[in-house]
Amino acid sequence: MAMISDPQKLEKVRESILKDREKDSGKTQVTVCGGTGCRGAGAEEVVGTFREELGKLDGKAEVKFKETCCHGFCEQGPIVIIDPENIFYKNVTPKDVPEIIKETILGGKVVDKLLYTDPSTKKKVVHEKEIPFYQKQNRLIFGNNRFIDPTSIEDYLALEGYKALVKALTEMTPEEVIEEVRKANLRGRGGGGFSAGVKWESCRKAEGEPKYVICNADEGDPGAYMDRSLLEGNPHSILEGMTIGAYAIGSHEGYIYVRNEYPLAVKNVTIAIQQAEESGFLGDNILGSGFDFNVRVSRGGGAFVCGESSALMTSLEGRVGRPRAKYIHTVEKGLWGKPSNLNNVETWANVVLIIKKGANWYKKIGTEGSKGTKIFSLVGKINNTGLIEVPMGMTLREIIYDIGGGIPNGKKFKAVQTGGPSGGCLPESKLDLPVDFDELTKSGSMMGSGGMIVMDEDTCMVDLARYFLNFLVEESCGKCVPCREGVWRMLQIVTDICEGRGKEEDIELLEDLSDSIRDTALCALGSTAPNPVLTTLKYFRDEYIAHIKDKKCPGGVCTALIEYSIDEEKCTGCGVCLKACPSEAISGEKKELHSIDKKKCIKCGMCRDVCKFDAVIIT
Amino acid sequence: MELTINSKRVSAEPGMTIYQAAKKANIYIPALCYHEALSSMGSCRLCIVELTKGNRTKIVTSCNYPVEEGIKVVTDSERVLKNRRMIVELLLARCPEVKIIQDLAQELGVKKTRFRIDEYKENCILCGLCVRVCEEVVGVGAISFLGRGKDEKVDTPFHRASDVCIGCGACVTICPTGCIKMEDIDGNRKIDRWQASLPLQRCKICGKPVATRKHLEQIKERFALPPEILELCPDCKRNYYKKQVVAQGHL
Ligand SMILES: Cc1cc2nc3c(=O)[nH]c(=O)nc-3n(C[C@H](O)[C@H](O)[C@H](O)COP(=O)(O)O)c2cc1C
Ligand code: SF4
Ligand code: SF4
Repeated sequence: MAMISDPQKLEKVRESILKDREKDSGKTQVTVCGGTGCRGAGAEEVVGTFREELGKLDGKAEVKFKETCCHGFCEQGPIVIIDPENIFYKNVTPKDVPEIIKETILGGKVVDKLLYTDPSTKKKVVHEKEIPFYQKQNRLIFGNNRFIDPTSIEDYLALEGYKALVKALTEMTPEEVIEEVRKANLRGRGGGGFSAGVKWESCRKAEGEPKYVICNADEGDPGAYMDRSLLEGNPHSILEGMTIGAYAIGSHEGYIYVRNEYPLAVKNVTIAIQQAEESGFLGDNILGSGFDFNVRVSRGGGAFVCGESSALMTSLEGRVGRPRAKYIHTVEKGLWGKPSNLNNVETWANVVLIIKKGANWYKKIGTEGSKGTKIFSLVGKINNTGLIEVPMGMTLREIIYDIGGGIPNGKKFKAVQTGGPSGGCLPESKLDLPVDFDELTKSGSMMGSGGMIVMDEDTCMVDLARYFLNFLVEESCGKCVPCREGVWRMLQIVTDICEGRGKEEDIELLEDLSDSIRDTALCALGSTAPNPVLTTLKYFRDEYIAHIKDKKCPGGVCTALIEYSIDEEKCTGCGVCLKACPSEAISGEKKELHSIDKKKCIKCGMCRDVCKFDAVIIT
Repeated sequence: MELTINSKRVSAEPGMTIYQAAKKANIYIPALCYHEALSSMGSCRLCIVELTKGNRTKIVTSCNYPVEEGIKVVTDSERVLKNRRMIVELLLARCPEVKIIQDLAQELGVKKTRFRIDEYKENCILCGLCVRVCEEVVGVGAISFLGRGKDEKVDTPFHRASDVCIGCGACVTICPTGCIKMEDIDGNRKIDRWQASLPLQRCKICGKPVATRKHLEQIKERFALPPEILELCPDCKRNYYKKQVVAQGHL
């Protein structure tokens, strides 16, 4: 695109893009989701086949084709949408493509077998907008992914792209921008929930030049991919947010620190930067305003701790990313000792919305202390895994049951872990908790970056705490004693409990240790590391006691504490378990009761998995 | 600037840390990874104090918290002591045989550690003093932290003899646990922990080892000293100067 030298020209360009699209509005538009989840399910092949097959149409129908990034409903991928009818096809394979073209595109008929079935009504749903998973969401930030080819700046402009930037540059002073963000009470989406407006103001007032604006796209939480999906799917929105922030703070240099494992995010944002530079949204004298700003992409070092602000900045400087004390804040002395303002990807995306629609509008969404929406990655034992965006204050119950579609296989809900590895586990009694920064913290958990892992009745909460501790021990940088030695000791104690070596005094020791680690660890990785243990102790203490005193695992998970046996009533003698057992521990004649030799049993659970009659029981 | 430490009004210069202000006022704060000649790393967490600013109280490390007007600091509150005891318990399980840890345990009333002493590794407490003295004072940076988390250690890159180590022994002197051993044998200085073996310069007069040749080269580069005194041991150097002074008639 040619250089756009002022806001009037931008509006002309936008008008002409919209006019072209208006002309095409009757044409069929095929949209394939090429996001992380859909790619994993084979979306790239589907895209390839569509391109090939549509090429063969030879003018029989005029079809427009678009590959986007993540729409969020990853469970159903690869997803294909046919517009203007808004037909939603799920789990599409390359083999389905000719049929879609023949039946739907040329024939105007719906391909029944590719439709989504609503698990609660058992009815097929034709249109994307009628799918319950989407209906309860409020996709202000994430929703545009669905309409954007991330390599097309025109797609972004067609959706009012860079309008907020024009508004900031032409109608507002930097102080007014900060005031607007502060009034909207935008809180950081990267974990801490710190007020973005307050941070910007401190950075603006800090002495020293140059000032840096940084986007944290390190996203090291296992299972979380919202930042990745935003950066991959709508990179210009992040650039726009950062440019507005830079203008407000008085910075001319920006960095995007991206996890190295996110090559598509790196690629798309690099393309977007180039486009923005060519069209005058980045670089010198942006849109004729006299304001200069450049952005560079930097690939992360890979460690989870590199997402922590001071470690991230050290890593950006090219040194090993290790946290340091932040008694002198990074807004005063950050990257290369200069004032630096770091915000999370999703925080930057919210800035655009706030400036475009105004703080008063934005403040209407959410709760008293937490405004706007939040993107969560909903995973675990849940029917609709994927990325969801909901207004702050929605209850866990609504998220898990109405959007998530509940727990699969008729199992019972047991707990939900929020906030990533160092978040907390909340039990059923907390299902009506409105999800926002303060309520989650009060309950002992946290917002974190927005991970949400759902667990069913077959989960052992002690084993779960062990799992998260193990992750944190692996990721501790090792710099400070409480985290390096303390969290590892917590893991050792919890492992002992899982393996039947637990002692009664262990619970007290875990609690003492947790208190001290919280108080004394150098960075938040360490100080929040006790959360999984503290919340499971708070809400599932009886499970710890069962492990320690009775040497039993109520969840039936900890192999040292369980035994497999066969229920006399239920066993039909079909013999499936006998064949499945890898250690020949099962015996029994056909059509007669089978039994498990406890000495030979290695507790792998194969028999339980294969038995169709639920006859294998754990005690 | 004034602040309060343990109810005592203390004056301090801007830029000082709480630890330095306390020291000036003769108030003791324990620390393992702090040394006044080096930058603060803030990793042992023993120097924590309770800080009250306005109506908020929190735990901070005194070795790197800059003093502020009017703050209130308590160096030995129950919360501080409880946390220090836990840290010492953790270190005691890591290095049960290290004297400085045993002494700290006694000072804080920790009789034994509740953690298992099964993975007995070594006596290094990872205070990083050796790393910093080598980098910041000696100026070579031969050793650094390697690995992470509980597998972290201090070593030379790839556990090979470092190209830049000059064998000055500063790390040996500063190490609070005595876990870096140094020996001068057969004309070489050996620091086994760093795989170092460096030829020694013998005193031109008495033949005693002076320092490693590499160390002397560094001194020669940095300071414009007469070359002949670099080849003398401290005793012979003293004699040499004495003679010169006498010869010049000052005595
Ligand atoms: C161990 C650790 C890992 C973190 N990882 C991330 C991350 O991947 N992405 C992120 O935005 N913030 C992460 N944070 C939080 C950042 O330190 C910082 O608070 C945040 O990027 C600030 O942006 P915000 O105010 O917009 O949330 C992490 C913090 C810790 C302690
Ligand atoms: S709390 Fe853990 S990750 Fe943070 S500095 Fe200490 S050792 Fe490193
Ligand atoms: S070797 Fe000694 S000085 Fe170096 S980190 Fe270990 S204990 Fe500290």
